[in-house]
Amino acid sequence: MNTLKFQSQAVAKPYFVFALILFVGQILFGLIMGLQYVVGDFLGGAIPFNVARMIHTNLLIVWLLFGFMGSAYYLVPEEAETELYSPKLAMALFWIFAAAGVATILGYLLVPYSTLAHYTFNDLWPTMGREFLEQPTITKIGIVVVALGFLFNLGMTILKGRKTAINMVLMTGLIGLAVFFLFAFYNPTNLALDKYFWWFVVHLWVEGVWELIMGAILAYVLIKITGVDREVIEKWLYVIIAMALITGILGTGHHFYWLTTPEYWQWIGSVFSALEPLPFFAMVLYAFNMVNRRRREHPNKAATLWALGTAVMAFLGAGVWGFLHTLAPVNYYTHGTQITAAHGHMAFYGAYAMIVMTIISYAMPKIRGIGEANCNRAQVWEMWGFWLMTVAMVFITLFLTGAGVLQVWLQRLPENGEALSFMATQDKLAIFYWLREAAGVVFLLGLIAYLMSFFITEKTAKA
Amino acid sequence: MSERFTKGMARNIYYGGSVFFFLIFLGLTFHTTKEMPKRDHRENITESVAKGKELWEENNCIGCHTLIGEGAYFAPELANVYIRRGGGDEAAFKGFLRGWMNAQPLNIPGRRQMPNFHLTDEEIDNLADFLKWTSEMDTNDWPPNDEG
Repeated sequence: MNTLKFQSQAVAKPYFVFALILFVGQILFGLIMGLQYVVGDFLGGAIPFNVARMIHTNLLIVWLLFGFMGSAYYLVPEEAETELYSPKLAMALFWIFAAAGVATILGYLLVPYSTLAHYTFNDLWPTMGREFLEQPTITKIGIVVVALGFLFNLGMTILKGRKTAINMVLMTGLIGLAVFFLFAFYNPTNLALDKYFWWFVVHLWVEGVWELIMGAILAYVLIKITGVDREVIEKWLYVIIAMALITGILGTGHHFYWLTTPEYWQWIGSVFSALEPLPFFAMVLYAFNMVNRRRREHPNKAATLWALGTAVMAFLGAGVWGFLHTLAPVNYYTHGTQITAAHGHMAFYGAYAMIVMTIISYAMPKIRGIGEANCNRAQVWEMWGFWLMTVAMVFITLFLTGAGVLQVWLQRLPENGEALSFMATQDKLAIFYWLREAAGVVFLLGLIAYLMSFFITEKTAKA
Repeated sequence: MSERFTKGMARNIYYGGSVFFFLIFLGLTFHTTKEMPKRDHRENITESVAKGKELWEENNCIGCHTLIGEGAYFAPELANVYIRRGGGDEAAFKGFLRGWMNAQPLNIPGRRQMPNFHLTDEEIDNLADFLKWTSEMDTNDWPPNDEG
């Protein structure tokens, strides 16, 4: 049965499948690191912590990028009401990106990082060895090439078709993603400048243009599953992303408190980033409002659950947990503690992992020719996956927050001489780290249940 | 939302607001980069400091440590390690760092392991110079105490 409006939407499939494979890798390396937090010498010779961490975070970024690309290939043709400009280009870029990604991860695993830097001529144009931007320069160039081809393909599609607000917002977000990534190539010797512009990639991605991508995907899925008038949904979309950028751009200031930067950033960063939860709160109101005002009963209950879930979890993780440590006088004590880790986990899961799973949930049954929705049994498995992963992430965040509060109390608040050293403090936090690891195992179980849902069919349900 | 507030108005707020605040952000960035030389002491960046930063990057130190609070949270903050371990004395710090780097991995069962990066004495001195320079930047009094 063919259930796609435009055949070229099917190119999203390998992107989604590969994204989920990388997601599994991300979680496995997360579990290794989580154990190394308490059993310090676990796999120390084979997979040192820094390697596991680099793979954990890089896989996250890359699987989200695959997810965003898949989402765009799926929704842009339908919004534009025309076939994708070039499905062949989309497939070629898929293989290039996948091969570059796998080669980079293997490089991380198989040779020492300094050897990889040497092999890839890092000394000619040093860009490696900075958090989240650890990829060899050649990989970074590859990312730019893939992004350009991707934007060209989408741009040509939109040019010949309908220009909806969702398509325009998504394109703006994706172009912003590509443009701000270019700062990854700027690595001055002066560490302060290096860090200042490093945030142009990191902050302006996750607290800037990625929110446009998230907003556009959510708006698309809400139109489809609720049947609410496009005008209403697109108005909300504009309001939300307006708030996101108005607060988020100057909110970058919350990274400039302790960076050889003028003190006014402490005011600007505090005020604007304190407002950053607002767009996420609006997103919760909007998602629930639209689902309550639905004009049709969409059979894909799981997709609705993901859409509501991503709004709520993004608000909690990015909004509430971000606010917790964003005010300069608080951040003075919490900067670079486990509180940052707590916020990072829930924010990335809530806002970005979940929005990708939202559109996968909506689109995959159609791409696979199953219809509007998976069979009931498969949806039950998927919802088990949703709840196990989401609840596990809530607990991971709570345990890391507990660890962070105690860390601040023992290591940061006391005066010199009375403060505990970093390593002595870490020993005191062991119970929280063990609990976090246990929650991580539950997360993996949830992920397995979620993946199982793709293999459950009507037939196996009867058997 | 009321009927009077149209999609067009929302769109204009989005485009106008984003452009306006982005321009402010660029203006402040311009001003900040003019101010930074007074605070980051870039005049003290020697060839050895620059080499130290390269070594810092090529060995992925940020994969375990934080530097001015950014990085991984698995191992101690190093922006002020010059103060913590060297007491602000260059010779003492270099002596400490050589001893420390060469003693890795400590192989204490159950303890977090730092790998041995096989750096030469000269390279360890480069790293020490980089960390000394980093500790002397004006970071608005961060971190709160010497433990980092």
